[in-house]
Amino acid sequence: MSSLDELRWTFFLECAELLEALDDGFDQLSEADPGDPLDLEEVNAVFRSVHSIKGGAASFGLEELVRFAHEFETVLDAMRAGRLTPDRDDWRVLRQSGDVLAELVAAARDGVGHDAARQAEIGRALGAMIGAHSEATPALEDATDAPIFAPTPIGLDGAEAGEAIFAPLALDLDDAPMPSETDISDPETPGLRLFEIRFAPQPSLFENGHDPVHLFRELSDMGRFEVTVDHSALPDAPQPMRCYLNWRIALETRCDEEDIREIFEFVDPLADIAISRVNAPGTDAAGPGATSTREEPGTPDPLDALLVDPSAIPAAPSTPAAKASPGPAQKQASRPTHAAGSPAPQEPKASQKTPSVQARKSTVRVDLGLVDDLINIVGELVINQSFLSQSIIDAGLSGRTQVSAGLDEFKNLARQIQEGVMSIRAQSVKPLFQRMARIVREASAVAGKPVRFETSGETTEVDTTVIERLIDPLTHILRNAVDHGLESAEARSAAGKPSEGAVRLSADHRSGRVLIEISDDGGGINRPKVLAIAKEKGLVAPDATPPDEEIDRLLFKPGFSTADVVTDLSGRGVGMDVVRSAIQKLGGRISIASEPGRGTTISISLPLTLAVLEGMVVKVVGQTMVVPINAIIETLRPGPEDIEPLTEGAEVIRVRDQLVPIVDLGLVFGYPRTRKPAEERVLLLVETEQGRRWALSVDEIRDQRQVVIKSLEENYGRVPGVAAATILGDGRIALIIDPEEAIRTATGLDLIANYPNSAATKKPEAQHVDA
Amino acid sequence: MSTPDLTHSPDHIPGAPPADQRELVTFRIGEQDFSMDIMLVREIRGWSEATVLPYAPRYVLGVINLRGAVVPIIDLAARLGLAPTEPGPRHVVIIVADGSRLTGFLVSAVSDILSVGTGEVQSVPSLNDMSASFLSGVITSKSRLLRILDVAAALPGREEEADMQVQAEAECLN
Repeated sequence: MSSLDELRWTFFLECAELLEALDDGFDQLSEADPGDPLDLEEVNAVFRSVHSIKGGAASFGLEELVRFAHEFETVLDAMRAGRLTPDRDDWRVLRQSGDVLAELVAAARDGVGHDAARQAEIGRALGAMIGAHSEATPALEDATDAPIFAPTPIGLDGAEAGEAIFAPLALDLDDAPMPSETDISDPETPGLRLFEIRFAPQPSLFENGHDPVHLFRELSDMGRFEVTVDHSALPDAPQPMRCYLNWRIALETRCDEEDIREIFEFVDPLADIAISRVNAPGTDAAGPGATSTREEPGTPDPLDALLVDPSAIPAAPSTPAAKASPGPAQKQASRPTHAAGSPAPQEPKASQKTPSVQARKSTVRVDLGLVDDLINIVGELVINQSFLSQSIIDAGLSGRTQVSAGLDEFKNLARQIQEGVMSIRAQSVKPLFQRMARIVREASAVAGKPVRFETSGETTEVDTTVIERLIDPLTHILRNAVDHGLESAEARSAAGKPSEGAVRLSADHRSGRVLIEISDDGGGINRPKVLAIAKEKGLVAPDATPPDEEIDRLLFKPGFSTADVVTDLSGRGVGMDVVRSAIQKLGGRISIASEPGRGTTISISLPLTLAVLEGMVVKVVGQTMVVPINAIIETLRPGPEDIEPLTEGAEVIRVRDQLVPIVDLGLVFGYPRTRKPAEERVLLLVETEQGRRWALSVDEIRDQRQVVIKSLEENYGRVPGVAAATILGDGRIALIIDPEEAIRTATGLDLIANYPNSAATKKPEAQHVDA
Repeated sequence: MSTPDLTHSPDHIPGAPPADQRELVTFRIGEQDFSMDIMLVREIRGWSEATVLPYAPRYVLGVINLRGAVVPIIDLAARLGLAPTEPGPRHVVIIVADGSRLTGFLVSAVSDILSVGTGEVQSVPSLNDMSASFLSGVITSKSRLLRILDVAAALPGREEEADMQVQAEAECLN
């Protein structure tokens, strides 16, 4: 990966985080009472997210993204300046703008197209917002932004890039307009304060895509602002991409130090920043002119000259700025002793003690591949440990020897490491939920049904891969919920419900698994209609009267769609069966519950990780195999009277008045048959599609334990009925069975569709297995 | 093979044979001599019991645990259409890497490492032997015929597996 690619990659990673923060901010803001004043903190956070995306996008020349982010930002800016108080419709536009921004980021990242029409539409809506609410948008906005966001792509040749970066500096900072009274209205910190900020960037500042002019512009938004430059460190032959300048800024503002620090947040690692209060709070009269540190604002002259031709400028040691702050010396001094370089003795310690630093959680970005390697190695460790245990037992060294005590400790540690490494892969479902919120907004707009979307348990952590593979199924379920689940607004009003439908998405940890529930308060499943369609499609016998739960489960049948009208959103025939199989591939289960007139709830239960699995170790004709526990409902040891032979070789077992076909796993996998008497066999009752039950016949159950999942496909290929392999304590490989597929393999796809469990008089499909 | 010229081989790796030389591992299957390019060989180990794979072709003996990796073992004799091997402790497994894919070949014995000039390798004569399709060339020396195995061709093909699966399912169903 080239360094530019790497930067791009980092940028898009950051975008994902920023979009998340954006959604968070909007959630907070839209939850607030409409009558309350806007929470400026949140508006600022939202603004910063968009602004950062715009800044990064400009560095990569992503013009489309920059343009839209700019339109978006302008509106947010108006909000935080108090020029705009969004109403209900505006909020909708703002949320959609967030969606469009996310779409543009994704389009730029994957190099694919995006919905340009929607972008234009939302862009117009954004424009209309400031047009309608605030005629007073300063013309300055356009004047300053145009040159600043002329993209300054990384990798331009030096001189040009240098010019592009420097150009705006000369433009408008000295005559930045005084902010209006509405600009900053923080009721808790009344009165103006004067800050002195020393900003001494490292030479590599520009290389990282930063530009002081953005910072200065943001500062100028906060209040009255004067800047002086110290270019004493400028060498005779400066390199255009290096930064040799230091700045000293006097800022008169109502904001507090933390706000200023936030502006410098992104350049913090690349610069020495010292912020200090100059006067006591409340002394409105004290302007920048009153401080001793003030520089003559005559510096633009050398600066202008610099912009014309940097190489023509000699080192200028005689300028007042150079005398006032000897660049490099100050730079070194200011870091270790908080305010040693600061001439403001009143509050020398305030500068570095900001609570925002503590609040930030430090994280590391790690390549997922590295984590997977680690998981593999830890898996080996666990296998190795059980191998050792086995060897010690085999050697007859059981009991209270030191070896076995040490081994127990080893086992404990190995387990701990395994859990620790697994938790690295875990990720909160929050980004997933936010993405789903977007889906619901979209679906709500297309279907023309107002929807209130609620989420809970966003902090629940699940394996990254599980989260990725939940996107499609959840998208489908939520679209269904909006499209089919919720009634139209009129029908809702007629039923005495609020016209706005509610869709809820929740996640929770429950007994070592993750439970995800999607519920709506719609009309519930129309069971007579479902049954009618099922009969029409031949999925159910024409005279059958299945119980309600069974009717509900019909929705998971392949090709089942109840919608009268095939809409844009759903009802294309691929339906819940696809969702169901996707969930099952993740080792999960899905179930549906519905109450007529009250709504439908779909529950998904998932394993925490895909790297290990809780399995039952069984013996099948001498072979050791593992059956995933999540598939097994119960285990049976049948008596001879429980088993009824139907045709030759095919048997069923009566389990609580239900006849369940027996599937001999040995036969399924083509192992030579050694038919044992019924009472010596063990049956594992499993449930597959539509809650149909089957009894897997094995010779014995050896153990129940966690096994590490190993891919068979990596070196070999897929094997029907086998999900993966694992390595047992004796170092040998055991196959992990996919019960669903094993049964399908045994029966053949065509043969199972018309076989309800209750039809015990029919020949069971186990018959053909007996070839 | 007497005048190796290093100057025209810019990608020459130190320690590797000159560009016009190949190093081959020779081994026996039954009574026949075979060889394969040494660069493909990862390791040579004794036979250990493999876990049987369902629906596998006859020549796939199963999978073994190779330091945590699940590696299939091919009975090379059966693969080449010769009499299947009854694997025992005296048999040898050659672990071969085709890209990142690991496969073990069960053979009777590994005999030697041989350095041959590329000029000595002859094309495969069109024999009436089904094993010919798994050979990339032959070398004749001292009245001995040394077959060079086309390792990629001898690996269980993934499409073939799919065929086998369908077939197996069909058998299962009839």
